[in-house]
Amino acid sequence: MAVVSNGTTIIDAGALGSGVPTGKMILIKTLTASSSATLSFVHGASSVVFDDTYDKYVFKFINMHPATNEAYFTFNMSLDTGSNYNVVKTTTFFRANHPEAGSNGSLAYRTGDDLAQSASFQRLSAQIGNGNDESTSGYLTIFNPSSTVFQKHFMAQSNAYQIGNEHTNNSHIAGYGNTTSAIDAIQFKMHSGNTDSGVIKLYGIGG
Amino acid sequence: MAIISNAVTIADAGAFSASLGSMVHIKTITISSNAATVSFVHGSSDVVLDSTYPIYKFEIINLHPDTNKVYFGFQASTDSGSNYGVTCTASNFGAFQTEGGSDGSLGYQTGGDLTQSTSYPQIGAGDRLGSHNDNNFAAELILFNPSNTTFIKHFLCSTQHGGADAATSSNYCGGYFNTTSAINAMSFKFHNNASNIQSGKIKLYGIKDS
Repeated sequence: MAVVSNGTTIIDAGALGSGVPTGKMILIKTLTASSSATLSFVHGASSVVFDDTYDKYVFKFINMHPATNEAYFTFNMSLDTGSNYNVVKTTTFFRANHPEAGSNGSLAYRTGDDLAQSASFQRLSAQIGNGNDESTSGYLTIFNPSSTVFQKHFMAQSNAYQIGNEHTNNSHIAGYGNTTSAIDAIQFKMHSGNTDSGVIKLYGIGG
Repeated sequence: MAIISNAVTIADAGAFSASLGSMVHIKTITISSNAATVSFVHGSSDVVLDSTYPIYKFEIINLHPDTNKVYFGFQASTDSGSNYGVTCTASNFGAFQTEGGSDGSLGYQTGGDLTQSTSYPQIGAGDRLGSHNDNNFAAELILFNPSNTTFIKHFLCSTQHGGADAATSSNYCGGYFNTTSAINAMSFKFHNNASNIQSGKIKLYGIKDS
């Protein structure tokens, strides 16, 4: 039996009516770090969807806290459902930096943080302090990972607390996985040591 | 008649009272053969681009040109698509890196900005988008309050694409359409070398404010 309100079909045949506008940012999976060496989202495993269901996927990483001081938060892609995370990438990385002392704010390209046809993990942050209140947060967007025609573009932004001179670092990262194979898994990790704590949420965006 | 469950009103007066999310899909245009332009016109083909939402977001996915070394642009209309030529001032900066790894750089793109121009604001970096089979273009464009009749119309855009010269470019543009008239249509096209859009997808979303 349909549910009709004021002439509009709200619910029918077990689904919302076509005239009901619904949100198109769908939470797929949340992973919570706890002294984790890696955090992986693999299509088809643990309720993860990472295929052509959505045109775009967004990972939001929140308060990623390293066990090791001055660790970089990183990610890589997989073409074989997580057996290997080693997709060749060409990327850019620039960041704005400002110390708590208030001097020497700067904006610069970071040649040491980008990749050129490399299968290495891509840095998603500046070095993160491991003090109790120190972490990085940000997001990573990946466009159409299931395409078997095109390169796989991604864009990311993060903010991190950098130990030392107590800096804030706003990093902008972008690039492509230089493959026409479908990407079916993403892995995150600190470049050194475990991720003590933090949350990564995967959303599918699509209409 | 309201639908009430456990003392909570779920639906009433033809609409849900419960939250259904704030990012609402309005329209997807998929290009599968050469097209010179793609347009979203309020009131046409189910497009909504008015005061229904305070923010509109266009998502551009895997756009592929039929000509090498092109850039993508967009323009607004205040007359339902009869003309796309609203005066615009915009900035453009970005980062660039070749697959060879020798040219990583960040800079303002003077060729990509606009100064009180009715040209198409440029999305992406110069003419760096390639037409090789796997080259393509991804972007997010946010248009703020296009129906307002008091203020100029701000936009923000971030892009990422694979280049004609085996390189990656990420670009960021922001600006405003310098009009207090309501914008009610948007047009997208490759802006040089007479390139068509060979394939790709542009999606329009409305972002609710309540």
